[in-house]
Amino acid sequence: MTLAPARTSILPDRITTPTLRTFIRGVTSVDEVGAAERVAALSKRSIKRESKRAALDLIIRMMDLTTLEGKDTPGKVIQLSAKAVRPDPTDPTIPSVAAVCVYPAMVPYVVQATEGTGIHVASVATYFPSGQVDTKLKVQETRDVVAAGADEVDMVIDRGAFLSGEYFKVFDEVRRTKEAAGDAHLKVILETGELETLDNVRRASMLAMAAGADFIKTSTGKVSPAAKLDVTLVMLEAIRDFHDATGVKVGMKPAGGVRTSKDAMKYLLVLNETLGEGWMTPDWFRFGASSLLNDVLMQIRWLETGRYASPDYFTKD
Amino acid sequence: MSRLDVRKTYKLYIGGKFPRSESGRSYPALDKDGEVLARVAQGSRKDLRDAVRIARGAQSSWAGRTGYNRGQILYRIAETLEDRSGTFVEQLMATGSTKKQATDEVAAAIDRMVWYAGWPDKFAQIYGNLNPVAGPFFNISSPEATGVVGVIAPEQPGLLGLVSRLAPVLVPGNTVVLLASESNPMPAITFTEVLDTSDVPGGVVNVLTGFKDELIPFLADHMDVNAIDAGGASSEQAQRVQEGAVHNVKRVLLPGQGVAEQSPYRIAAFTETKTVWHPKGV
Repeated sequence: MTLAPARTSILPDRITTPTLRTFIRGVTSVDEVGAAERVAALSKRSIKRESKRAALDLIIRMMDLTTLEGKDTPGKVIQLSAKAVRPDPTDPTIPSVAAVCVYPAMVPYVVQATEGTGIHVASVATYFPSGQVDTKLKVQETRDVVAAGADEVDMVIDRGAFLSGEYFKVFDEVRRTKEAAGDAHLKVILETGELETLDNVRRASMLAMAAGADFIKTSTGKVSPAAKLDVTLVMLEAIRDFHDATGVKVGMKPAGGVRTSKDAMKYLLVLNETLGEGWMTPDWFRFGASSLLNDVLMQIRWLETGRYASPDYFTKD
Repeated sequence: MSRLDVRKTYKLYIGGKFPRSESGRSYPALDKDGEVLARVAQGSRKDLRDAVRIARGAQSSWAGRTGYNRGQILYRIAETLEDRSGTFVEQLMATGSTKKQATDEVAAAIDRMVWYAGWPDKFAQIYGNLNPVAGPFFNISSPEATGVVGVIAPEQPGLLGLVSRLAPVLVPGNTVVLLASESNPMPAITFTEVLDTSDVPGGVVNVLTGFKDELIPFLADHMDVNAIDAGGASSEQAQRVQEGAVHNVKRVLLPGQGVAEQSPYRIAAFTETKTVWHPKGV
């Protein structure tokens, strides 16, 4: 089986299993100790008060407010959408989030609840979170969520296939999902917690980007560890190298495990240091989070009032 | 050959651990002659913030234990206090108590802890009630913990003052962020070691040493603190506590408010009353 190249010149004209394998093996390896040191150093940067408020607003604007639970109901999702539009009803200066991210069945409710607000509707697809079904079902699910109104699709890669060296299968699935998604933005979840090594993270990032990912995303949030700073750094560097090689810009979304404003600011720091200001917008960077929003709101309240805030004064969902 | 001194590092007590202040600061605790007794951690507003967050996290499970179990744990604190009484006597004498005064104070502190240890499974019987109502309902009121309570320990007496303020707050299931005596912090620090070895779950009592003037405004203003025992506050500090308390309507027990140190009213001061209506005759 062969495929035409998705969009990049770093792959040969005709993509086959051996060429992909050569491509993956050609991806340079990662210095794990160096990555850990780099993020540790960046984490110690102090951020001044004036910059903090701007960063907190940006974090909200970059947020994919997420609920991916078996117990999700239309009511909960509609409530979450209302919160996405107006995160703090008492403070109209606080911006809306970037998107609401839900399971496929919940998409119509989000579409309805966010109509006319400019908030994107993201749906997970390809049998999130495991992705362990036949490709044609995954493709069909992608078509369905886009038809239901999602303009962003968060797909999962088949980690089993990736780890056993079936790169072609992973590549092919991303590529066909991209086709099925059409105009909708495709975020490819690597589930880095299951990829074992940073070398694999870098390889999977390159593979996903070459196959047509608009965004690469760390995790489903269902596996521990989820987003980590060193993993994010490695993925950002992969994005930078991919951009250098092809001129194609790809976005990044750490998801799961980013719970505090302090953590989120560290991600922004790493982003700014690695990719620069061109990526410091909601178009190119997102946080997948649910509990992060309240923490950011509490930090803003603290900055504005000088009084430490209490979760009692913020909505739970 | 003489041994090298093994000097102890005195730290904060937050979440069942002994961290240094995030600020890295310390200040000297002086003895009765003005000599440096030890350097103790000078807690910062960020330490306070962390302590409140951890106290909040520990609150529901502490309140969720049976009163009987909380009583057992308070009694266990008294047992361990008894064990460490020698250290407390020494520390109190270093800051100016005579041997008799120090011994009496430690004994009184232990007895007070034992006294309060009897209350957790009894205070609800006193402050709860079956209210008569004009309708076919049982109307029942019962006291519950307020939540997270800030305790400003008095400057003196170093140990008894602390125990008298802390024990009644713990009885109904509140968790505590305690600002230790600034001029005489050593008994409070030793007391944290007692807490740590007395089955008190981590986060139920958090003790900060440091400067009250620096910490009180942040404690008073903190929206996640439900009540403050300002017994150890100066009049200016007490004023500041009241100003901060208005933002989330904290309960405040002021110094000299006339509640005896060994009294169930001290327990009631840190409870909320829950009233339920239940249909009768069904």
